Amino acid sequence: MSNISLKEPPQAKRTLNLTRFKRDLVGWCFILAPVILIGIFVVYPMINSFHLSLQSGVGRNLNFVGLDNYTRLFQDRTFIRALQNNLTYLAIQVPLMILLGLLYAVLLNKKDLKFRSFFRMCIFLPAITSLMAYATVFRYLFDQQGIINALLLNWGLIQDPIGWLMNPVLARVTIIAALTWRWTGYNMIFYLSSLQNIDEGIYEAAKIDGANAVQAFFKITIPLLKPIILFTSIMSTIGTLQLFDEVVQITDGGPGQATVTMTQYIFNLMFWYNPDFGYAATVSFAVLLMILTLSVIQFWATRDRDKPRRRA
Amino acid sequence: MKKIKISNVFIYIFLSVASFISIFPFYWMIVSSTNRSFDITMGRLLPGNYLFNNIQTMLNETNFLTGLWNSARIAVIATVLTLLLSSMAGYAFEIYKSKWKDIVFRLLLLSMMIPTATMIVPLFLMLATVSNTVPAFGLDTIPAIIIPGLASVFLIFFFRQSTKMFATDVLEAARIDGMGELGMFFRIYMPIMKNTYAAAAIITFMGSWNAFLWPRIVIRSSDLHTLPIVLNLVNATYTLDFGLILLVSTLSIIPMGIVFFVLQKHFVAGMMGSSKG
Repeated sequence: MSNISLKEPPQAKRTLNLTRFKRDLVGWCFILAPVILIGIFVVYPMINSFHLSLQSGVGRNLNFVGLDNYTRLFQDRTFIRALQNNLTYLAIQVPLMILLGLLYAVLLNKKDLKFRSFFRMCIFLPAITSLMAYATVFRYLFDQQGIINALLLNWGLIQDPIGWLMNPVLARVTIIAALTWRWTGYNMIFYLSSLQNIDEGIYEAAKIDGANAVQAFFKITIPLLKPIILFTSIMSTIGTLQLFDEVVQITDGGPGQATVTMTQYIFNLMFWYNPDFGYAATVSFAVLLMILTLSVIQFWATRDRDKPRRRA
Repeated sequence: MKKIKISNVFIYIFLSVASFISIFPFYWMIVSSTNRSFDITMGRLLPGNYLFNNIQTMLNETNFLTGLWNSARIAVIATVLTLLLSSMAGYAFEIYKSKWKDIVFRLLLLSMMIPTATMIVPLFLMLATVSNTVPAFGLDTIPAIIIPGLASVFLIFFFRQSTKMFATDVLEAARIDGMGELGMFFRIYMPIMKNTYAAAAIITFMGSWNAFLWPRIVIRSSDLHTLPIVLNLVNATYTLDFGLILLVSTLSIIPMGIVFFVLQKHFVAGMMGSSKG
């Protein structure tokens, strides 16, 4: 570019610079609106959230209390319960869903399988349901008088209806079941589209070397899908740590506080108990820190260890 | 026709069970919306003739129609505006590339890590302040639901990635013909990129249709309730009218189903873009 402009007469150079400047300006105008919106509605609230987390009080009458809210966090039973719940959902549901999604994807990628598109369609269908609607369906599927109990009773497998949503452990199981139902097919689509890019020849070669299907899955498929697995696990981690809709609709945090989540606790702190926006902001800032930490850990855990180092 | 391999039999059984589990809740939901609550609790799994009564109850006792109207108009407005803003930005980041724009782009990507949960408290307080001066944009208004989510970093990223495939010589040719920069965007870029727009529309529409937490925080008056709020209230108020609540659930899934079947081709690309939560 500079070579060309050197050969141009000075007049042309000036017009070129002028149009370039004009275009640059047009570009900034195109970008301006979203950048301002994100500044106001994302970046500023995040900073403000930290500022609020150093204050406490009733409603909007807040006083500066320093780090008191953070010490309160560690003694707050409801917060610890909510944190444990989020981590339980995360530790059980996310790996379960990813493994199941991978398994479906690998099976549905077999070329000699019939009805592939039918199976794929069925397994994917839950992903088009709206969150509140599917949560409602699960709330009534697992109701004391719901169809699960009705069928188990009719088949004589149980004598009395099971209180799925009234038992702390079963209520968590129900939520995990619901989340897995809704999101497995969704994740499967990611894996399936990545699998279609893998060269079949690798599997042929592995077969000749005597690898069985299970070995091929763990030694070939999983390493090759690592980037997409990382992506889906980070997305799921972020989603699970912010879980709200499903828990509100299925158990409303109950029985007691057995299934309450952090986002739900933030909501309750804002509107239900004596509203304390400062402390609510502290909980929300804790969610942010956890999401950042876990994302960094996931990046670190899946980093390329085999990459040859240049300066060893 | 090839014969079904013996080794695949277990796979067929496994996938059939998985498909059954995936489909059964839909079946039960739809069938139950035609049944009497009592029959549903007895385990009835066949269609009944109570659909009309359930619809009657729904119209008399719930806010369903209001919710449908609000959800629909919010989703449409949000989709149109979000698509316009994020496609313009994604386009500009790529077409008018410069060092400083790239720095801004990286900062935007970083802001994607900030969870909604972190923003709700300050945003609520901000809107409460706005309510005092400009009530039309404050709490309990439709703009308050739509505006904070208008700029989607993900969609900006999505459009920028797609713009990389865009042949820029078309734009150069248009420039020589004397077309303005805005004209090039609206009359050349937009029509060519319609597939990208379709995928982005699905992402935004689904996000808006699903939104519960933010509308629940912002909205007080019942004539602004959206469908997820209506579902939540029906669940909390009308205990154990299975037929009613499953009818409302069925009806609130149908619009997404329509979007799915109409835009099926773009749906997978769209799904890849939407995220959990």
